[in-house]
Amino acid sequence: MEAGGLTAGRASGGRAAIPGSALFRRDGSRVVSQFLQLIFAGVTVGATYALAALGFSIIYNASGVINFAQGEFIMLGGMIAAFLSAAGAPLPLALVGAVAATALIGLIVAKIAIAPARDADVTTLVIITIGVSMVLRGGVETTLGKGGRTLPPFSGDKPIAFAGAAVLPQSLWALATTLVVVAALALFFARTRLGKGILATAHNRLAAELVGVDTRRVLSTSFVLSAGLGALGGVLIAPIANASYDAGIMLGLKGFVAAAIGGLGSGVGAVAGGLALGLMESLTAGYLSSAYKDAVAIVVVLVILLVRPSGLFGATSGGGR
Amino acid sequence: MLCVEKLSKSFGGVAAVSDVSFSVAKGTIHAVIGPNGAGKTTLFNLITGLLAPSSGSIRLRGEEVAGLPPESLARRGVARTFQNLQVSMNLSAIENVMVGAHLRLNSSLLAAMARRPSLVARDRAARAEAADLLAFVGCGAYLDADARAMPYGALKRLEIARALAAAPELLFLDEPAAGLNHTETGEVERLIGEIGRRGVTVVLVEHDMRLVMNVSQHIVVLDYGKKLADGAPEEVRRNPEVIAAYLGAADGGG
Amino acid sequence: MASPSLPRALSSRAPALAFAAALALLPLFLPNAYYFDVAIRIAVNATLAIALNLLIGYAGQISLGHAAFFGLGAYGSAILTGAFGWPPIAALVVSAAAVGALAYLVGRAILRLEGHYLAMATLGLGVVASIALGNEVALTGGPDGMAVPDFSVLGWRLAGETSWYWAFAALLIAAIVLAGNLVDSPAGRALRALHGSQTAARALGVDASGFKTRVFVLSAVVAAFVGSLYGHYEGFVTPGLAAFPKSVQLVTMVVVGGMASIWGSVLGAALLSLAPELLARFEGYETIGYGAILVATMIFLPRGIAPSLAERFGRKAG
Repeated sequence: MEAGGLTAGRASGGRAAIPGSALFRRDGSRVVSQFLQLIFAGVTVGATYALAALGFSIIYNASGVINFAQGEFIMLGGMIAAFLSAAGAPLPLALVGAVAATALIGLIVAKIAIAPARDADVTTLVIITIGVSMVLRGGVETTLGKGGRTLPPFSGDKPIAFAGAAVLPQSLWALATTLVVVAALALFFARTRLGKGILATAHNRLAAELVGVDTRRVLSTSFVLSAGLGALGGVLIAPIANASYDAGIMLGLKGFVAAAIGGLGSGVGAVAGGLALGLMESLTAGYLSSAYKDAVAIVVVLVILLVRPSGLFGATSGGGR
Repeated sequence: MLCVEKLSKSFGGVAAVSDVSFSVAKGTIHAVIGPNGAGKTTLFNLITGLLAPSSGSIRLRGEEVAGLPPESLARRGVARTFQNLQVSMNLSAIENVMVGAHLRLNSSLLAAMARRPSLVARDRAARAEAADLLAFVGCGAYLDADARAMPYGALKRLEIARALAAAPELLFLDEPAAGLNHTETGEVERLIGEIGRRGVTVVLVEHDMRLVMNVSQHIVVLDYGKKLADGAPEEVRRNPEVIAAYLGAADGGG
Repeated sequence: MASPSLPRALSSRAPALAFAAALALLPLFLPNAYYFDVAIRIAVNATLAIALNLLIGYAGQISLGHAAFFGLGAYGSAILTGAFGWPPIAALVVSAAAVGALAYLVGRAILRLEGHYLAMATLGLGVVASIALGNEVALTGGPDGMAVPDFSVLGWRLAGETSWYWAFAALLIAAIVLAGNLVDSPAGRALRALHGSQTAARALGVDASGFKTRVFVLSAVVAAFVGSLYGHYEGFVTPGLAAFPKSVQLVTMVVVGGMASIWGSVLGAALLSLAPELLARFEGYETIGYGAILVATMIFLPRGIAPSLAERFGRKAG
């Protein structure tokens, strides 16, 4: 997905196409408006990363599995929504349908592929989720083809002028939705039995089972949630960046990076990490080189893993070797 | 041989080991005992390099070794077994023991691939030695067996054979008789005595008091991370504080 | 393990000798160049899988970016021979050495990570490599790739499917023998012990990070070497050689064939290289097929096909 590329195009050229920028005539303001532009673009894509990171964290918390197929959930959201929309469904229906369908796929994945191997070692689980990601990717490739698909923006694509920057309405949707989702999740984990069960399982599966938490249900629920979150991120970003069957790889990687930055397993960290990554990417694309913007994510995660593996908000473990 | 001075280790606010000092003379068999949670395994992990101390000193043959990683201690003639069994289940019994001799063999990848004759010959010798050690600890029947197929008691003795393959001067045994039945415990007791007779300095953590009393020449008692007593088995057995610590533990206060 | 009466070297070499004989006779049964090409691909993949298995199966370190070394080796030779006119042998050696040096630096840094983190780090690095190869158009010809001159030694050209078949078959045999030697040696045992219980291995003096790095470098150098030759054989290199799908294909071969099993890697490579040929009718289903095989194997045969078969028939798959 080339969200950053789109931004770079707008930032560097075609100034006349950006409404409102003509209002400012001094040089410094162009710098500011360009900067704001990049900030908004970064936060928009960052919202998708944040949702992906939340998905990673939820599954990791529930089962210790890093879901290498998370990126495919995002991709599925965008692709299914685009497909439904192109088939004539009204936009809201397409969006809800895509999220619901992906959530269902998440459930199937959990039951068929993950549950049988719950106690296997890390390598096995890693490879299973990679296999799942391939099945999902291949499935989309064969049913929906290799071409990219677009989704119409939720409320039009006429940019809104804001302090000299052109903000796409889609960006506002992304931000608002993410905020609502985060709030809802916070409530879910703090107030509902299922949510608390998931947290308990994360801390100590055996203990949770002993007090009656149904850990199988926890596993399925975490996958359903994460798939839904991923799909939501996918539909939010699809209008800005084309969806295609192989978009999942980079998205998954970046979602993991975002989760790692904030600290795997931390909800706050996931959101912070996602936004941070989105901003870093956008600024890199705008000021340095859009070709290497994908590399930024990877370099960042490597630095984080080496310097502070627990991320910004994760707990550090001490004492041992 | 080994001199521990004012050794302390805290995890967060909890002092697992607090100001412990004792020394171990060469060629003796030493035991560290104490109620559960007294900090015995932490002490072991500190001395064998798996944990770094918060403060204090550990001197091996006069050289300060506190904070060094396990590999460094292995190079200095220290070997150990583990309370929670750290056997490489993906290897056979004899291969596990041969790994014990790692530092005495040529571990170069290139030499291995080229199958240098000297490496092959020494490897064959190491295999024979490992077979002898397995027989010594009573696991001769399991020579080529997968570690996965061995019963718990045999695995415990496998760890001892593996540690001995390193030809250590100082051997740490972490609960060698844990989970063993009466006969097996007797075997372990005999083994430890035999190892001591061969000149290896032995330090063991054990809960089985009969074994400890029979085999040790010197006992250190820990409770709540602090040293409670330090002396010959007879003295320690009669020490009122030690008795109180154990009785208190039996009452459920440990 | 072999009975003590037979010289162990001979009995453990017997399967390798038999396999070498089979490879020597195979050309008699291959009707045309197309079949030779398939055989070459299998040999290339098998050699790569063996190298990767040393890392994943024996040393227990996941690498999801190994194709990067393959691709970098290929491009290294391509650039040195194509753009700078170097003799292919020199380019081969320098390319492999450079990749080895890179692997050393990278390995030292990331191999202290474990499990998922290591997997992600290797995945990320693999992606960076393929991005770089695709982007530096001036040097690498960009996403479309670049041509590679023929492989020649002192005027004699190695060309044609048959000649290359012998080259890659020999390489595969060498890999099988050398890997076998490594596994049954102090270094090999130390690696496997690390995989089984790193704590115990360290307590016995095994330098964990040193070993992991060395195996990482070894498997990277092998991959680069094979990559260089492959580039000469194809006459063309593309960034896809280093890309994630190739890395996943290699991991699949290792895992399905059998982790910590050299013959398993050969088997896995053969199966998964042939599968697309056999499934050619179901074009486009490769990805789903690969994925399904991965998932099914991990659930039902977690140690891979070869070790599971060996257990059934009571022998070690080595």
